[in-house]
Amino acid sequence: MAEARQKTSAPLWPGLAALLLATAYVGTMLAAEKQRTIIALLGFGIAAILLAGWLRLLEPVGRSFADREDALGALSIAATLAIGGYFREDHFVLLLVVTVLLYSVATLGLNIQFGYAGVLNFAGASFFGIGAYTSAVLNTYSTVPHLLVLLIGGLLAAFIGSLLLLPVLRTRGHYAAVVTIAFALLLKTFLEVSDVLGGPQGMQVPGMKLLGWSFNDNITIGRLSLSFYMSYFFVSLLLLVAAFVLVRRLERSWIGLNLDALRLDETAARCFGLNVARWKIIAFLLGNFLIGIAGALFGMVGGFVAPNNYTFADSLILVSILLLGGIGNPWGLIVATLIVVVVPEKLQTIQEYRFLLYASLVIAVLLFRPEGLLPRPVRRYFPGWRP
Amino acid sequence: MAALTKLLEVRSLSKKFGGVLALDRLDLSVAPNDILGLIGPNGSGKTTFFNVVTGIYPADAGSVIFERVDITQAASRTVYRAGISRTFQRSRLCLSLSIFDNIMIGNHKRLNQGLWFNLMRRSDFKRQFEESYQAARTLLDVFEPRLCDRIFEPAAGLPMIDRRRIEICRALINEPRLLLLDEPSAGMTHEETNELMDDILQVRDRKKNLTIIIVEHEMGVIERITDRCIVLNFGRKIAEGPYRQVAADKQVQEAYLGVAL
Repeated sequence: MAEARQKTSAPLWPGLAALLLATAYVGTMLAAEKQRTIIALLGFGIAAILLAGWLRLLEPVGRSFADREDALGALSIAATLAIGGYFREDHFVLLLVVTVLLYSVATLGLNIQFGYAGVLNFAGASFFGIGAYTSAVLNTYSTVPHLLVLLIGGLLAAFIGSLLLLPVLRTRGHYAAVVTIAFALLLKTFLEVSDVLGGPQGMQVPGMKLLGWSFNDNITIGRLSLSFYMSYFFVSLLLLVAAFVLVRRLERSWIGLNLDALRLDETAARCFGLNVARWKIIAFLLGNFLIGIAGALFGMVGGFVAPNNYTFADSLILVSILLLGGIGNPWGLIVATLIVVVVPEKLQTIQEYRFLLYASLVIAVLLFRPEGLLPRPVRRYFPGWRP
Repeated sequence: MAALTKLLEVRSLSKKFGGVLALDRLDLSVAPNDILGLIGPNGSGKTTFFNVVTGIYPADAGSVIFERVDITQAASRTVYRAGISRTFQRSRLCLSLSIFDNIMIGNHKRLNQGLWFNLMRRSDFKRQFEESYQAARTLLDVFEPRLCDRIFEPAAGLPMIDRRRIEICRALINEPRLLLLDEPSAGMTHEETNELMDDILQVRDRKKNLTIIIVEHEMGVIERITDRCIVLNFGRKIAEGPYRQVAADKQVQEAYLGVAL
């Protein structure tokens, strides 16, 4: 409460300090290879966060992120670039970072659907897959420019998703979720029996080419040599920044208010002029569009698509990222994606038990922090704005 | 064109739930700038009447005419756009949203809802946001100046009377011509109710163009603020007139107290 009445903006430095520490920590974690080091780092990270929380050091950080989001957002981009630059020759780490970036874009899409409009989508991975298959088909059989392929991937995901609109609009809550589960199963079966799309074996995806420059070649500039994943890294980061800005502006507008109003009380929203169906459709299509674009790029990064890459289990992971991060908070989603993607990849010992980890993590969060690691704050239309 | 003598005119309106006649051929009209009280025992159809007028339930028969336009089968959002706002018997605020957000929900028709405007033209959006902020603040100031300082805090922490105030601000912010108040005193003390009514009357005196239909169990409120009353029982109108007259009506007393044996 004191926060809202405070007349001056919060200082930048707590956010900056937190960002620097987080960057150093993530960099160290990505570089670590010995299992023991990784486990020690994880323990250290959890202890540090708990201690900082206990010493009330996290509140000023939250305030500076709330008031100075533009500056800290720009600095976060710089931090990500620094991490990318540091690992410029490391294929494995860069692939991991690109995966985090693209999964973040996908969860931002899910967030529009579930976090704002309240439409639970358990077919996130399917729409991601539709994007990936789009690039497989178009890159193999056509000469469509690859940036356009990304766009088409998004549009196709939104278009195929629109087949679900009628049942989703006619049902509510869990029932709509069941419709999306059915869709995920149908799509997987369809992909498995479709010869054109490679059946269960899937398809190769030719890599991205931009203005005659092939993304799948390593880059050598003078004495500097970069992993070929560097190009994908830049494009993915650009995509994430664009998606983040879009979702942020959406939330901080009358549209974000409309979506919240219809999620929280549909009847009251109708009585104040809201066209509930229209806004649910916009949210659902926009969400699938983002997921589809991310999937299309991810297909090109991985070079291969198969029905088994995009299963119901993967959709569950996307939803659990949402629950973990804090439904409705884009910063939280990126942090949660980082945890969910990086930890099992680094901790090879738990690879087979990763779902056990996710499950216990989600249960722990729902028990002890039901609004997620970074709960969504009250809407502020313009950060730092004071009456 | 002759001056409008009936802002809202309801003819023979009926609504059935299964075998129960919630509204039974109800005739009712209200003149511009009047305050009409709608009273009757529990389950007599008062809230159902509001729900049918605002398009939450479809009417089974009869008609609802608002400013000479037939809105009988109109959707809720069309009714709102025509100039009818309402509050709910059980508070229906979005508790996790700020006070400002809750009030803005009621301002829907005056806010630019275009995707391009909202996402891309941020400086124009900011201007509309600042104007809306001033409007919300001015309105809230009539009801409770204290709340103006907390306008960007969630509605969740507020006591019942403040929630009611916000709900009424949400209904008034778009300057409706007809306001439907569904039991504004529910969950509040006598003093609080009186205070709230004074504030509503103050807004009405300022606007000069606000008609109110109020459902209320608190007869003191009905006596003090209404020009005219309609008494419902089992969905049927059993009496109509100034409060003192209907309160003395034998049928009304029987409806409330039961028939003397």
